[in-house]
Formats: sequence, C-alpha cells, structure tokens
Amino acid sequence: MTIALKVNGKSHDISADPSTPLLYVLRNELGLHGPKFGCGLGQCGACTVHVDGRATFSCILPLAAIGNREITTTEGLMENGKPNKLQQAFIDEEAAQCGYCISGMVMRAQALLKVKPNPTEAEIRNHMRPNLCRCGTHAAILRAIRRAAAA
Amino acid sequence: MQLRRILYGVIAVFILAILAGFAWTWRPAIAPLAANEKPAADKQAISHGAELAAIGNCADCHTTPGGTAYTGGRAIPTPFGTIYSSNLTPDRDTGIGAWPEEAFRRAMRDGVDREGRQLYPAFPYDHFTKATGEDIHALYAFLMSRPAVKNTIPANALDFPFNYRPIVAGWKVLFLNRASLEPDRSKSAEWNRGRYLVEGLGHCGACHTPRNALGAEKKGSAYAGGVTEGWYAPPLNSTIVAAHKWTVDQLAEFLATGWHEMHGAAAGPMADVAKNLSEASHQDVRAIATYIASLSSDAQAGAMPLQDKAPANASPEVVAIYNGACAKCHNDRHAVGPSKALPLSLSTAVRQADSGNAVRVILHGIQSYRESGGPYMPAFDGMLSDEQIAAVADYVRARYSSQPQWTDAKTQIAKARQQGAQP
Repeated sequence: MTIALKVNGKSHDISADPSTPLLYVLRNELGLHGPKFGCGLGQCGACTVHVDGRATFSCILPLAAIGNREITTTEGLMENGKPNKLQQAFIDEEAAQCGYCISGMVMRAQALLKVKPNPTEAEIRNHMRPNLCRCGTHAAILRAIRRAAAA
Repeated sequence: MQLRRILYGVIAVFILAILAGFAWTWRPAIAPLAANEKPAADKQAISHGAELAAIGNCADCHTTPGGTAYTGGRAIPTPFGTIYSSNLTPDRDTGIGAWPEEAFRRAMRDGVDREGRQLYPAFPYDHFTKATGEDIHALYAFLMSRPAVKNTIPANALDFPFNYRPIVAGWKVLFLNRASLEPDRSKSAEWNRGRYLVEGLGHCGACHTPRNALGAEKKGSAYAGGVTEGWYAPPLNSTIVAAHKWTVDQLAEFLATGWHEMHGAAAGPMADVAKNLSEASHQDVRAIATYIASLSSDAQAGAMPLQDKAPANASPEVVAIYNGACAKCHNDRHAVGPSKALPLSLSTAVRQADSGNAVRVILHGIQSYRESGGPYMPAFDGMLSDEQIAAVADYVRARYSSQPQWTDAKTQIAKARQQGAQP
C-alpha cells in the first residue's frame, strides 16, 4: 500500500503496511537517523518527533493514523544547515552523554518553546516528563532548555 | 421569567419550612485554640494517624494536582456545582490550626465545622461517623503535626439552592446514619477490621456505590458501581464485571501495588487510592481485601466469557492502528505484555457497559506508576484523532468482549476532555 507522508517539508510516497510505526519509515526508508528506537513501546521518548507541531512518540504511531499531518524530525529543525537555537543550546550545555535520548529531548522541548517561549521551571519539568535519559544528564538538558528560552 | 420566579418562590418557602423543622440541628461555634496553644505531640498517634490518612485518601481531595499535601483547594466536581476542598494543615487563618480536637471530631462525625457551619457531604462524614474516637484522635494528631501552610480556599460555586449551607441539615436528617458499626461475631477479626476500614475512613462506597438525586449513596444498592470525576467505579458486589472473581490475595496485591495480572491497573482516581494504600500496613490492606472480596463472593465467576474474535466489519484503518499502536504491548498472546499491559479480554474497562473508562485510559494513558515500575500506558490524546480513538475503543470492545457494542465513545471523549487530564 502506498501512503503519502510529508516530512520536514518534503512529500514522500511510502510503500509500506499501514500498521508500520512512523519511526521505522523515518529511519529505514527516509534515512532520518535523528529519531531513535529506544523501547518501541512509548515509554522512553527517544523516538519523539513533531506531528503537526506536537511532540509525539513515533514508535507507536502507525502510518494509518497520520493522515495529512506534517512530520518534523530533529533534522527538520536545522536552519540554513546549522543547528537552531535550541539545538545549539544543547551543544553549548554539553547536554549529551551517550546522546541516544537527545534528539527526542530536543523535539519534546521544541514543542514547548514553540507555544510557550518563556516557560517556568515547573512547566519545563512537567512537559519533559515523558522523555527519559539513562545517563542521567537531565540537569544539563534542563539547563539547555532554559538557555534556549532565555536567548 | 414569571414562572421561574414563582418556582424559586416555592422552592424558597419549601426550604424555609425544612429549616424551621430542623432548627434543632443548629450547632454553636467551638472556641478556637489560643494562639500559642498546640495539641501535645503524641508520636504514636501521629504515625498511626498518617497511616489512617493514607487509608482515608484524605490527601487526594485535599491537595491540588502538584500542590502541597493537605493544603486543600482542589476543585471537586459534583452534580450540584463545584466544591473546593478545605486546607487541613494547621494554619490558623486558612486551615485547621485554631481547631481543638473537639471541633475536628465534630466535623468528622457531624459534618459541622469549628464555626458551626454545615459541611457539604462531598466530605464523606457519612462514612467517618463509623471511625472510633481513638482513630479520629490519631488523625487529628497527624494533621496538626504537619507544617502549617497558608492557603486561602476559593468559594464554592454551587447552584441555587445548594449554595445555602443550612440545607445540608435537612440532608443529614434524611441520609446521615450516625450509628457505629457493631462487629459481626460470625465473621473473622480480619473481616471485621476490613469492614471497619472500608465502611468508615476508607469510604470506598463514596465512589463504588451509586448516588441518588440528592447525592446520597443508595443504601439498597451498596457497591453496585458509581461514577467519580467521570470515571466509572465498577461494582464490588455480586454484579462485578471483572473477568475473574476477585480473591483476597488478588485484591490485596491490586490495592497495595495498583495492578494485578488477572485484573489490570488501577487507573483514574483509583490510582491515587492504590498509591496511598501502598503506605498502609500489610495487615490493614489484607483486611480491606478480605471484606471487599466477601462482597462479591456469590458472583457468577466468568459470567462473561473471555473472547478474542476479529470483528468482521472493522475498517482496515482501525485494524492497522490497533496493530501498530495498541498491540505493541497488548500483544494478544493471552499473557501480560510489556509495560504490564493486560490481555484486553481481562480488562474491566473493556467489559463494562459504557466506554467511559476505556476512552479515558486511551486519552490520558496510565502515568501514575512511572517512578515505581508499575503499569504504564502512553497517552494517545493528540497522537490519534478523536475519531480514531473512538474507533479503536469500539474495535477493542467488539474483539475482546461478548457484550453489546458501545455507542457512546465520542460523547465520552468530549466529556473526558471537558473534565481535563486525569493522572
């Protein structure tokens, strides 16, 4: 079955089973390796992408459910080939240790900053709850989000 | 307009007549504690009171989501309007800091505050009448030992005539049973302890018993299932909709951990209850389980057969969504899946008459146990559209229950959205 997908502003015709999770298509068909496969169960957030601007677990989002909503991955946040403000803040704060969760963290945080450019500490923490980092760099991740919000 | 005025007039006269009749229910104010007066700290009573407060789930209503425990201010939706829970910390101005124990006992047993004002029965004193003086003393000692927090509570937003507090005196004449519980000698001590906790401080019937038009529990239908904050509190009596009859062991595990492999997760308001009961003593949880299990001992176990039949008329879209999203955890191997996901034919939410709990769990997920490694489900609100969520709920119902199809999924989703996110 052929399914039309709009990812990072480009349209693609994907030939796949409609129950295929979006993440598999992003990584295996479109070569977008920003979103990661962590748990595959919507527990950890490593696969987080934007679906119409909303942070969403792509590992449990079947193609059949997407319709004409637009997908953005961390690659799609780049501006003129450079990291955007939030991505740069993650680099500056050295928020990554192993880095596996970071793409998901950036996408989750970006969804917040888009609707709330100056969130409170409590709003940041509450919003970031679905995403886990097993290295324990949460403090640096929070610093990066605060830095991007203040900039 | 004219008619409405006459109607209000009639109601007012009616209320006045009731008031005159029940003037004897007037209660005086109880003198406040002096500014420097504090109840003697009784360590044993304080720690006993902490356990009883957990069993009584006091903090659930008396705390705003994310707020400091017992500082009150949580909006409690009722069919008569919104009631804001009071501040139970010992702040003199906004809490119970000026209350002598006598005033606290009167509130628990009579539903009257220190100043003599009638309290609405959203505060379940119709159960607390059963609590012993010793237990009320312990609760008082515990609450008065908490840090005082100033938190002014918003005024209730109740409809006329319920915004008129003295009307509660009439309610009490009709519905408040002040008799204490006499132990049933034919039953075990554990069963009697369980009954005392369930009927009293635990106030399980406040959610699990249906209420009449005036908001009182229907005594003839004890534990036949009720509705709380939009969630269906399933029956605990012989009309249980569980796939398997509850045993004492299963209930004790479910109550203490919020999950059992044959019954699934405690979600919605029950998740908070399980969290609280994880702090209660093992013996008390077992006693509660013993009594609750006895309520359904004559239930027809497995009255509704387990099933898994692919519905013939399901759209390919909903099948793909089910397979790509739900089946990752509800993996259809007739065993518990990842995240402690239940085979759906065992789920009470799938077997109950309406789709209320099913759509709420799909929308909000199960998030209460993230820190404890308990059951988990991601929230699908926004990930799936409302139409897709309704279609998935209907598909699951058709596939995993032999009960009639739901027709209310879309209405339930709209209602759940109005009521806001639940834990």
